[in-house]
Amino acid sequence: MSWRRFRAVLAARNREFLRDRAALSWNILFPVLIVAGFAFAFSGKPSLQFKVGVYAAAPQQALAAQRAQHPFFRTENLQFIPVAKLAPAVTKVERHQLDMLLDLDHPRYWINSDSPRGYLLERVLYGSEAQARGGPAAGFLRETVSGREIRYVDWLIPGVLAMNMMFSALFGVGYVLVRYRKNGVLKRLRATPLTAFEFLAAQVISRLWLILAITVVVYFGADLFIDFSMFGSYALLLLVFALGAFSLISLGLLVASRIASEELAGGLLNLISWPMMFLSGVWFSLEGTQPLVQKLALIFPLTHIINAARAVMIDGAGLLQIAPQLAALALSSVLFLGLGAALFRWK
Amino acid sequence: MSTVLEARALKKAFAGIQAVDGVSFSLEEGRCFGLLGPNGAGKTTTIEMLEGITRPDAGEIVFRGRPADAAFREQAGIMFQSTALQDYLTVREALAMFASFYPQSASIERLVEDCALGEFLDRDSGKLSGGQRQRLLLAIALVNDPQVVFLDEPTTGLDPQARRNLWSLVKSIREQGKSILLTTHYMEEAYALCDAIAIMDHGRIIARGSPRELLAEHFDEAVLQLPAGDIPGDPLALPMPLDIHDGVVEILSRDVNTTLGQLLAAGVSLAALQIRPRTLEELFLALTGEGLRG
Repeated sequence: MSWRRFRAVLAARNREFLRDRAALSWNILFPVLIVAGFAFAFSGKPSLQFKVGVYAAAPQQALAAQRAQHPFFRTENLQFIPVAKLAPAVTKVERHQLDMLLDLDHPRYWINSDSPRGYLLERVLYGSEAQARGGPAAGFLRETVSGREIRYVDWLIPGVLAMNMMFSALFGVGYVLVRYRKNGVLKRLRATPLTAFEFLAAQVISRLWLILAITVVVYFGADLFIDFSMFGSYALLLLVFALGAFSLISLGLLVASRIASEELAGGLLNLISWPMMFLSGVWFSLEGTQPLVQKLALIFPLTHIINAARAVMIDGAGLLQIAPQLAALALSSVLFLGLGAALFRWK
Repeated sequence: MSTVLEARALKKAFAGIQAVDGVSFSLEEGRCFGLLGPNGAGKTTTIEMLEGITRPDAGEIVFRGRPADAAFREQAGIMFQSTALQDYLTVREALAMFASFYPQSASIERLVEDCALGEFLDRDSGKLSGGQRQRLLLAIALVNDPQVVFLDEPTTGLDPQARRNLWSLVKSIREQGKSILLTTHYMEEAYALCDAIAIMDHGRIIARGSPRELLAEHFDEAVLQLPAGDIPGDPLALPMPLDIHDGVVEILSRDVNTTLGQLLAAGVSLAALQIRPRTLEELFLALTGEGLRG
């Protein structure tokens, strides 16, 4: 192992990546666009409003008067809708378009017996009536906590960061090696004292730091306008991403160890990356899926990266809690890298 | 004169085809040896076995009296037929990268000057013209100040000016005392550059010697060329064998004086007459019974 030769190839690979502006901007923009898209799609208040139609001869005034008198009309998350005609409003209840209809002139109400929302509103109505008469709400002592909800975006961020890492590692290393083999770059390098180990180590290290640098940029860039949750240690998260990227880069090397056709390499990389993307829980949780699918997902390094990153970011997990995932990533790295180096061919 | 590199009975087969079938030759110190032949003759396979890129099925490669090993690689400079360099590297960076692979390296300034890279030193190596690219690849082949330089079809695809340009570079390398092994399918290139050549066909060497020796050995006639229009009547009526193509009559003559007398007697105008020696191209045709494939 010569450091001089290693550094020379490392510098060449870094330059190649940093000077390829199109690829570089795509590597940064792609995850930001995904995160921004989801942040936009899931922005705004969650629609947990219950709709209550209020019928009276003069519904607006009647509603204003009731608000002052009856606590039910001051309940939060209820939306009161003045209704001028009774019959069409009843139809709306039938169709779940209104959760409850109140007739103030002849005190009575309608709910849909098939609607859980109607049932809940009925309980709220009874409870607030009891409260209005001064009765106890229930025999329980009231305690409150406050805190921010974990939004889908908070849950999605670790997945998107890891997915971006996967594409960059597999295609950025695998595809490039195959192209080098096809156009003769590897052949030219082979005719020098450069060893396969020095060459491959430079590819891995170059891609590793580039992936980590881009992940850090995307992380803080996305945080600026989404302000997502991070309950754990940044150092631990970096460790998860570093080990994860290393495992994925090694997988890329393994795939590209012998292939000399870009088409075959592209197909193979897609064959690996797409199932990995869908089964590792980037977009949706695997909690409710078949146990077999959950077991299958464990063969993918991406699953372990995402599980560990979510544990750190959302649950504030420590080193001990994510040790199994880290061990899986370390083991897969050794396996992929060992096989890839053993199978590697310059030609 | 000492032998630098020697190929002894090299053989190599690919998928049942015997690409190289018992090739032996030696490269002398400070000389240029040319392997000539059409595409598919086995030149590249032979040179790549000597470079250590391809392992021979049988035979031996000897460098200065010892089997060529890994240490030989540091003494060899290689210019492949078709190689790319990493993308987005400038000419200067590519040279520096290759220089750092070797324990000893030639002076970069000297290489830049020798190979005339100065004008495009900071240009992306992927954006060079064909001639500039070959000059860079030649400079890279020389970056370790090698004793033996391998050039595999260095001028294929270059325009005539760029080709002559590269020839003068190759000559200057030889003048520096380096030994050169060159493959080409341009016979005039071999004639211009090589001290000795071996003509290959179907994986074997079918003739060897210096270009002049080979021509003298196989041909003792000159070629007389005349425009067909300068011959009164049917050219085929002339008292000598001849070929006509594209309006040019070619006459092979062992005794030019006699032939000229016959032509004058037949009333042929010699105003546009040209006399040229036989070429390696024609030698190849004579040896193999076929033209240069490709």
